[in-house]
Amino acid sequence: MTLSHFLILGAILFAIAIVGIFLNRKNLLILLMSIELMLLAVNMNFVAFSHYLGDAAGQVFVFFILTVAAAETAIGLAILVVLFRNLSSINVEDLDSLKG
Amino acid sequence: MEFKTILFYALSAILVLAALCVVTARNPVHSALFLVLSFVTSAALWILLKAEFLAIVLVLVYVGAVMVLFLFVVMMLDLDLDKMRRGLRQSLWVAVPVGLLIVFEMSAVLLRGFWSPDAQVPTNASNIGTTRELGKVIFTQYVFAFEIAAAVLLVAMIAAVALTWRRRRDARYNDISAALRVRREDRIRLVSMKAETEAAEHAMDETEGGRQ
Repeated sequence: MTLSHFLILGAILFAIAIVGIFLNRKNLLILLMSIELMLLAVNMNFVAFSHYLGDAAGQVFVFFILTVAAAETAIGLAILVVLFRNLSSINVEDLDSLKG
Repeated sequence: MEFKTILFYALSAILVLAALCVVTARNPVHSALFLVLSFVTSAALWILLKAEFLAIVLVLVYVGAVMVLFLFVVMMLDLDLDKMRRGLRQSLWVAVPVGLLIVFEMSAVLLRGFWSPDAQVPTNASNIGTTRELGKVIFTQYVFAFEIAAAVLLVAMIAAVALTWRRRRDARYNDISAALRVRREDRIRLVSMKAETEAAEHAMDETEGGRQ
């Protein structure tokens, strides 16, 4: 179990999230979940570096990333709910007009 | 092989499989539940890295709050799943090569810089993930960033409430403050006019009779 193990795991996780964005490009909900997965991969790298380089700053940054990600999810889901109320759809292809 | 390494491989296998299921599951509820599984598994992996505080925060905040929010929203929406999944095959041909490319690129870049088969963990790293050490760093060196994070959370909370706030138009209710605020002058208007007399009434009757 070395640093490179965790880095490769983070890379795989990030790639899966990108594949998810390509696959579910119509479903806004799964797009938000893929973004969560990406942030998880980034956090994994931060924690691994923090452990193997002996620096606590990495874990502090994970803490801040978790905060910002929670805020992003809350606002993203609120926008999603308002969108669904107005359009009765969360298909990205239906969101092609500027005027709501 | 060391026991920790076996544990690492088992947990990462679960994590990768759960992440794959998140992006390929047919039902968004299943995706959300697989995302919960991947969060819990990465919390276990972080405990392997001795980041106890962050692992617990991940389970409490993410699984306990954010994923529950996701599940609420998924169940609130009435989705047309078949329409969403149309054209998935075509995007698969783009998605898989891009994903593999990203794995190889990131591995190549990261491994060139950090390849060390028998890297030693620094001796002072043993207590880095504990709540005490993390608290020391957060409340001294990063205290302003910590305050800003609190402000970000507050703004997010108010924004989420403000975005989804609405008054129902079809509900009937009394606006009590408007009822209390009303004055006599708003409702009654006194008009000064000439008093009606007998002769005027008689003349009106005559004109109506003439019309008939």
